[in-house]
Amino acid sequence: MMGIDPALLISALMVASVPIILAAIGELVVERAGVLNLGVEGMMIMGAVCGFILSVQSGSAFVGFVGGALGGAALSLLFALLTQVFLANQVASGLALTLFGLGLSSLLGQSFVGIRPPATGVVPFGPLADIPFLGRVLFSHDWVVYMSVVAVAATWWVLKATRTGLILRAVGESHDAAHALGYKVRRIRVLAILFGGAMAGLGGAYISLVRVPQWTDGITAGAGWIALAIVVFASWKPWRVLIGAYLFGGISVLQLNLQAAGARIPVEYLSMSPYLITILVLVIMSSGKGKAALNAPASLGQNFHASR
Amino acid sequence: MKRRTLLATAALGLGLAFGGAASAQGMDKVKACFVYVGPIGDLGWTYQHHQGALALQAEYGDKVEIAYQENVPEGADAERVLTQMALSGCNIIFTTSFGYMDATNSVAAKFPDIKFEHATGYKREHPNVSTYNARFYEGRAIQGHIAGKMTKTDKIGYIGSFPIPEVVMGINSYFLHARKVNPDVELSVVWAFTWFDPAKEADAAKALIDQGVDVIASHTDSTAPLAEAAKTNGAVIGFGQASDMADFKPSPRVSSIIDNWNPYYIKRVGQLLDGTYAQTDSWAGIPEGEVEIGEITDAVPADVKAEAEAMRDAIAAGTYHPFTGPINKQDGTPWLAEGVTAPDGDLLGMNFYVEGIVGDIPK
Repeated sequence: MMGIDPALLISALMVASVPIILAAIGELVVERAGVLNLGVEGMMIMGAVCGFILSVQSGSAFVGFVGGALGGAALSLLFALLTQVFLANQVASGLALTLFGLGLSSLLGQSFVGIRPPATGVVPFGPLADIPFLGRVLFSHDWVVYMSVVAVAATWWVLKATRTGLILRAVGESHDAAHALGYKVRRIRVLAILFGGAMAGLGGAYISLVRVPQWTDGITAGAGWIALAIVVFASWKPWRVLIGAYLFGGISVLQLNLQAAGARIPVEYLSMSPYLITILVLVIMSSGKGKAALNAPASLGQNFHASR
Repeated sequence: MKRRTLLATAALGLGLAFGGAASAQGMDKVKACFVYVGPIGDLGWTYQHHQGALALQAEYGDKVEIAYQENVPEGADAERVLTQMALSGCNIIFTTSFGYMDATNSVAAKFPDIKFEHATGYKREHPNVSTYNARFYEGRAIQGHIAGKMTKTDKIGYIGSFPIPEVVMGINSYFLHARKVNPDVELSVVWAFTWFDPAKEADAAKALIDQGVDVIASHTDSTAPLAEAAKTNGAVIGFGQASDMADFKPSPRVSSIIDNWNPYYIKRVGQLLDGTYAQTDSWAGIPEGEVEIGEITDAVPADVKAEAEAMRDAIAAGTYHPFTGPINKQDGTPWLAEGVTAPDGDLLGMNFYVEGIVGDIPK
């Protein structure tokens, strides 16, 4: 029987996890600011379609990614307007955002079906790429893969070690206290929402520009929901987002590889394993002395109105 | 021809017309409705059914009105969509995916005056339910021949959607004809458990490529597996599935199976218009033009291309059946004796691999 090459497997899972990492790290920042945006799927698919359209029109994949981020951010602005200005319910607004995004992307993408986008090349590392194992795993990817890891590191650093991060966390933990200290709660939250939208849009653009690469309706196929689960899974900590996304991506890729390699494991179980393990880990995490629940930002999902 | 082109343009212009329900008895006007499992823009399975719907409109002009719904999930949701269509004045409803089988039959029981046509299924529980299918395995035989000749690694792959007879038949036909020309060939099957999920289809293709497979056939609806193969700069080839997928010519797409539903849709609605409509179970293939083999590109050597075309012509002429004995089942028990061709009943209920394929069919 054919074996599975670990180097190929790891490099495949790194690529497969990129959309989820980007979307999840964006959502993590939003939630750390105390806002629950369930519209990740909608923002991702808007990023996918906007990125696709712009890269096809401009002939540049990079412009496509910028467009994807802008598309996701534009849709999230709608969410910001609803929840931060009109103080609408965040859960309902987020769900509506997903439905709206799916419909709007289908409309925008109508005339772009069947077109191939410009290719996103592999970053040239020269001789480094020829190192056995490490070369395949670390030095054979496109720039977005590296950016996703950098984004995790940067988010971790900003949240942990900078004044900006401190303010953001303060807003998420107690918006009243942050307000009393003179911080503009609403403005900070809108900025966080925009960041979340842009990251989700980037993740979506990665699907339509690199992973598939083409435009079809419903192309994100639920990746946004996985990203939401990963944030809870990670108990709102950036590095755990990376671990969670690699774990999920790894199992998805592994089950397909096991099938292709002819492993004698019933396919039904392989197919559902990524979801099963995600649920399992969520259950374990949240039962651990309620730690995961305690780690949730205290003002998560609550609207803020400056009454005093 | 010119008239047809003109009408086709007119039909496109009309798009989705509303209202104008025809009376059930008169039939000077028929409203034909279509239920699609994916988006028309999949450029595969659903796209081809929609081409059939447009051809119908072009053929009969304003005597036919078409309506359709995309992305209808298989299962309970389908029943709601079907009921809604039945209530909105459809005279004939084409349900174009295997998973609509039970929904089609249960809604048909409630609307005896409306004709239901279910694609690729086998249940006709009521007099107003007909089934239609195409002999895709005939096209798979030709793909298998090309795959067996073209593979350099002796590893070929197949992305399966769901383990239903339709797909198992395709896998067996593909493998048998690859083995016939290349005794060393091994087949890897990956089940995606979806008809349409481009990211997952791409991942499945990537997993196969990582395993050393260099010819991929897919039984899912999008072009994603071909897009994945295209990233290998010609090292991996594949086939257009359901639609020609000509965007990927000349490689990785070296040939294709094209589902041409146009003749069937035109015939059935024509029968409804002139009153000769009756319940049927239709299963046409290459001879009737319902399964077409897309152009074999220059990426395939001339002799292989000639052999593949000869096989196509033999199937069209009725002189060759892709399942001709001796063929054993996977466990070695004989299925077809020397020279015997497979009866349709065996094919429609096919739930076993033929000898030589490794792995089990999921239950």
